[in-house]
Amino acid sequence: MNQPVTSPKADAASAQPRLLLDSITCVFGTYTAVEDLHLKIMPGEFISLLGPSGCGKTTTLRMIAGFIKPTAGTINLDGQQISSSVTSLPPEKRQMSMIFQSYAIWPNMTIGENVAFGLHLRKFDKATIAEKVKEVLDTVQLAHLIDRYPAELSGGQQQRVALARAIVVRPRVLLLDEPLSNLDANLREEMRFEIRRLHDAFDFTTVYVTHDQSEAMVTSDRIAVMNKGRIEQIDAPYKLYTRPQTRFVASFIGRTNLVEGTCDGADIAFDGFTMPRGIFAQEDLPERGATLLSVRPQSVKIHRSEPQAGQHCVVRGEMKQRAYLGESWDYIVAPANSSIELRVAAVPSEVFEVGETIWLELDPLQMIPVV
Amino acid sequence: MMRLRNFELSSLVWIVATLILVFLVVAPNAELLISSFRKVDTGVFTLSNYVDAFSNERRLAGFVNSLIYGVGVVFVSIIFAVPISWAIARTDMPGKGLVRATILGAFITPPYLGAIGWILLAGPNAGWINQAWAAIGGPGTLFNVYSMQGLVLVTALYSFPYIFVFTADALDRVSTELEEAANILGMGPFRIIFKITLPLVMPAILAGSIIVFLDTVALFGTPAVIALPARLNIMTLQLWQFFEFPVRAETAAAYAVPLILITVAMVGVQRLVLGRKGYVSLTGKGAGRQLVPLGRWRWPMFGFCLLVCALAVFLPFAALAQAAFSRAWGLGFSTENFTLNNFYLLFSEASSRQIIYNTFTYSAATGFVAVALALIVAYVVNRKLVPFGNVLTALCMAPLVVPGIVLAIGFYAVYAPPPLALYGTALILVLGYTTRFLPIAYANCMAGLKSLNPEMEEAARILGGSRAVAVRKVVMPLLKKSLVGSWLLVFIPASRELSTAIFLVTAKTRVISVMILDLSENGSFEVLAALGFFLLGVTILIVMVGYRLLGRDFLLRKS
Ligand SMILES: Nc1ncnc2c1ncn2[C@@H]1O[C@H](COP(=O)(O)OP(=O)(O)OP(=O)(O)O)[C@@H](O)[C@H]1O
Ligand SMILES: [Mg+2]
Repeated sequence: MNQPVTSPKADAASAQPRLLLDSITCVFGTYTAVEDLHLKIMPGEFISLLGPSGCGKTTTLRMIAGFIKPTAGTINLDGQQISSSVTSLPPEKRQMSMIFQSYAIWPNMTIGENVAFGLHLRKFDKATIAEKVKEVLDTVQLAHLIDRYPAELSGGQQQRVALARAIVVRPRVLLLDEPLSNLDANLREEMRFEIRRLHDAFDFTTVYVTHDQSEAMVTSDRIAVMNKGRIEQIDAPYKLYTRPQTRFVASFIGRTNLVEGTCDGADIAFDGFTMPRGIFAQEDLPERGATLLSVRPQSVKIHRSEPQAGQHCVVRGEMKQRAYLGESWDYIVAPANSSIELRVAAVPSEVFEVGETIWLELDPLQMIPVV
Repeated sequence: MMRLRNFELSSLVWIVATLILVFLVVAPNAELLISSFRKVDTGVFTLSNYVDAFSNERRLAGFVNSLIYGVGVVFVSIIFAVPISWAIARTDMPGKGLVRATILGAFITPPYLGAIGWILLAGPNAGWINQAWAAIGGPGTLFNVYSMQGLVLVTALYSFPYIFVFTADALDRVSTELEEAANILGMGPFRIIFKITLPLVMPAILAGSIIVFLDTVALFGTPAVIALPARLNIMTLQLWQFFEFPVRAETAAAYAVPLILITVAMVGVQRLVLGRKGYVSLTGKGAGRQLVPLGRWRWPMFGFCLLVCALAVFLPFAALAQAAFSRAWGLGFSTENFTLNNFYLLFSEASSRQIIYNTFTYSAATGFVAVALALIVAYVVNRKLVPFGNVLTALCMAPLVVPGIVLAIGFYAVYAPPPLALYGTALILVLGYTTRFLPIAYANCMAGLKSLNPEMEEAARILGGSRAVAVRKVVMPLLKKSLVGSWLLVFIPASRELSTAIFLVTAKTRVISVMILDLSENGSFEVLAALGFFLLGVTILIVMVGYRLLGRDFLLRKS
């Protein structure tokens, strides 16, 4: 699947958003689970809420679904207000559907009955229901299990039933709460693509909750990274990785080195070396004062002899530690006369010994200021 | 405008349910409490009812006797229950199945029926045991059931199963590794029992004991058939006597209040004991269970269990069976004395047919009402639909601390007079039973709901089902077993309930338990025994249905 760098759908700023969360706050007792959250989701978009456990992802999703009323703020669906602190449209009137972490397949109904449930409530006639159920079960490759009971199904099959049950009603928004966390690794990888495929095939608007970053990367147009009840950054996966805006995002999405520096107008001084300020992408760098830069392990190159500097910056240093991970080397290096230690990833063929003197090549355009 | 549109129709249901709770639980008890502080004619505040209730020596004796009675029964029950539960849970004693089944038998026997069996066994002159004693030339009577000892023994025989259930459950969960650890360190098996095992299950024994104590002091039937002829005053009997002419309801109310206070205090203690984790290191499944080999003590241990079983079930039921098939039970075993007429009488006479019909329809109706109400309230509380969930739980569980007879007095006071004037109707009985057994239904429904993942229901909602649809299509079908189980657990005690019924029945609404009591007063033990067997037969049938549907432990389990 090709991963769009920026979502063309998200660019249509003038169009009506499918979902608009406006300064949503949710307080349980004295604990603020979600705080002043803004989120705009366009029709057809696939958005992930990504964050560590307890950061408020489920709470946000459940507010969208209507199971929880926000303490403050409003939620609009296609321009119509559905949630506010005063009142909340009950879930059954929102025309959404949701896939739960536990799947919540009803064990007292067959697969067919499970899938047909929402259609019956929408008052379709029998023939149409049968046809739609068959069609959707074909899509998820479960047509042969239509008369089985859920207890007789494997975890992966149950997951597909949950998917089928949710999509057969053509929801205005499809909500998924860590739908893959109960599956084994292989199946999880397969289902990621399956979910994205269905999203594209049926042109859904999808909100996907997960704490697994690769899952979010593979599936989403944009990812909202959450931390402690707030959204830290919303961006396309590629941008999120290459242009993290906060310290949290930089270290949560992939691994990174956080390096402190001080701008004094012309240069940025680090512990043990300096770099000219002019070679950085300057928009986020302060004119003067302290700054924090995220340096990805992959963006640093190690050399045995001093390389040609070019646009990059070359610093002498020492190899401190190493670990061989099979697909790559994990080195820890320290610039000379510096307390800074950098983690650097290198391909298996680039072998260095601990204690060796080496040269580090830093790309200033891949050193991203974060707050 | 939007507010109105989003109003859930189902909230009407819980509003009504809450009102019903107030009606059933709050009103009778509040009335009882208030009237205990009110002067009969003028209605002004007074403490004179309390003075009146406790200044009379006989009444005071009733109070003290009840406490002695309760403690005595707890003591004897522990002696019966603890060794048996240890033998069953931990040793290689033979015949465990038989012992278990017999204990279940004791459990489902209405205590007053067992007591009447014991009157046949140990009545001072005619009782079988005393006759046998006289036949072998023993002096005087061997054991007179009409005494405090008799009362205690006969009650304990039917209440020890509670302690058995608690203790056996705890023993099942204590890891044998704890005992093995002591063994490795050189402790002998006998000392291990007293130093390790017993202390570990002590909280369970205590919890069971408290239940037994509360059950005993609230008991009406057994004292009515045994203590009354023995001229022994007991609190519940005294309460009953307040309603003989001249009726002194206020004094009765004042007399009942300390009983409720004791109960509340004990339930509090029980909560504390069971709530203190740490102390009970009952960690999960005790894997690799090793049974203690009893060696030459195998058969003596079995003998002890058999003795208890005989006292509780085999002997009294043998005596009742003899009576049920006799023209006159005192004539002993002979073909001339054999008859089926006692059973025939039960079904040929319109009045007793009516009584049987009443009993089972009231109990069935109680099952439905109690389970429906319990389910609604448990749902509302569990799903946090109202902020005052704790209050609703407290209301549903409150009847637990109100002895049946006291509850009945409150019911009588509120619902007998106009405008409701329910006295004499079936409704007042069903409502009284419902209130009394609501805690059982509530605890069961709650347990069921807690085991149900809310996502099951939310999945139905988000697909467009209202709450009502979700409950009907998802919650109820998934809780089917729980609901049937709750119904059975309400039906069984309701079918034999005496202490509530005795106050609320009239000639037209009599039930089996009341008829048994009347027959016992008339000395018609033959018909009584036949009726008792019929009641037990129905109970056993229902228990069997429960087993088939819900598994072996549905009745004899801790809850
Ligand atoms: N009903 C509730 N009452 C009180 N606190 C709650 C409630 N629901 C959630 N919380 C708290 O709010 C915080 C956010 O919970 P939430 O379920 O949204 O986290 P999450 O991001 O989904 O985490 P996870 O990845 O573990 O599912 C948690 O600290 C949780 O303890
Ligand atoms: Mg969650």
